[in-house]
Amino acid sequence: MRKIHVHAQINGLPTDFLCEPRQSLLEVLRDELRLTGAKEGCNNGNCGACNVLLDGRLVNACCVLAVEIEGRTVETVEGMATPQGLHPLQRCFMQDAALQCGICTPGFLVAAKALLDRFPHPSEQQVRHYLAGNLCRCTGYDKIVRAVMDAAESSS
Amino acid sequence: MKEFDYAAPRTLSEALALLAENGERARVLAGGTDLIVQLREGRCDADLVVDVKRIPELNELAFDPAKGLFLGAAVPCYRIYENAEIAGRYPGLIDAVSMIGGIQIQSRASVGGNLCNASPAADTIPPLIVHRAVCVIAGPKGQREVPVEQFCVGPGKTILRAGEILVGLKIPVPPPRFGASYLRFIPRNEMDIAVAGAAVAVALNADKTRCEGARVALSAVAPTPLLVSEAGDVLINGPLNEKAMDQMAQTAQQAAKPIDDMRGTAEFRRHLVGVLTRRALRNALARAVES
Repeated sequence: MRKIHVHAQINGLPTDFLCEPRQSLLEVLRDELRLTGAKEGCNNGNCGACNVLLDGRLVNACCVLAVEIEGRTVETVEGMATPQGLHPLQRCFMQDAALQCGICTPGFLVAAKALLDRFPHPSEQQVRHYLAGNLCRCTGYDKIVRAVMDAAESSS
Repeated sequence: MKEFDYAAPRTLSEALALLAENGERARVLAGGTDLIVQLREGRCDADLVVDVKRIPELNELAFDPAKGLFLGAAVPCYRIYENAEIAGRYPGLIDAVSMIGGIQIQSRASVGGNLCNASPAADTIPPLIVHRAVCVIAGPKGQREVPVEQFCVGPGKTILRAGEILVGLKIPVPPPRFGASYLRFIPRNEMDIAVAGAAVAVALNADKTRCEGARVALSAVAPTPLLVSEAGDVLINGPLNEKAMDQMAQTAQQAAKPIDDMRGTAEFRRHLVGVLTRRALRNALARAVES
């Protein structure tokens, strides 16, 4: 199958790549661009481990074709920290031990960033509602919710 | 995933030409939350995926106080519930688009896609029915319009003919003192498929004591989402007491044709229809009184 040239803005950098139409954004991020932060969990849109921001909206990268991102912007978990340090969410996830095996963590971080970008001071219920599309089989969610609430507080 | 080619036409006529040329080998892509998963799992296949998100008509979301709402088939859920002008007027639709999947799914999934996927459990279809939506369909022979309750003909099957595409939905301006609600039962709080769902819409008279119009629609209790006209009719012009509500719920239960499956038994689903239609009616009445 012919490969298609795609140009997009990824974590602030203009990026060009070639892909087959059948490749998902997740496959291209991980296998072609070596951005392995986004994880493949269910590969069908249920678990949120592959969450990225597409033009600022939270999406499952497994349910986006890479060819669809022509001319658009993508932010992945790799774009959250700056040379000055970790993102407040990343710091709070560490401080509050909001992870165990870590597979779901990049997805939770990106989803939580999308939440705080939109609602800087969410209620606990809002946090739980917003993160309902992310599954974690280790923590029981409580520490994750607390870390997100702490991050919201620390940046106020 | 099996190989396929990709096209992102910028006009409706280009898209129709691609569908005419490729016939059943072409599949239409909007948000991809159903199609991409189905292609990956081999539940459907295609030689060509036609991405319709760059076509202006399919992306249009516009409310006109005279004509009502035009909802382009590829408009994702979030654009609907984040639009205050629309949210206040079409509460049943808003209930559905805010409960489908999680935030990630709502960023991409479209109402048009939900309709074309034609699941018996589709959450947006009962509210579209009670809001009296009409499907705008374009094809090789021009455009046609079909009431939304006639669009699905079986699980995964619609009235779309070869080469046709759903352009969008026209939803009329609701009458004064209007309220609507969609409720579903799922075993979790979020992210699940309806065991049963019910939408109710009402329009009240001037002193808000009687219904001048009422519509009831169900999901996940028949091969397609179901308009139950008789259930709405029992509410019209009579007193809105417990007896009328019971009669409405029983009429809806009788119209349901549920099956036993992994999500629930037919008996449980029939019970849910009674509970959900009563609750959705109460919500719709409360919203109509407030409006």
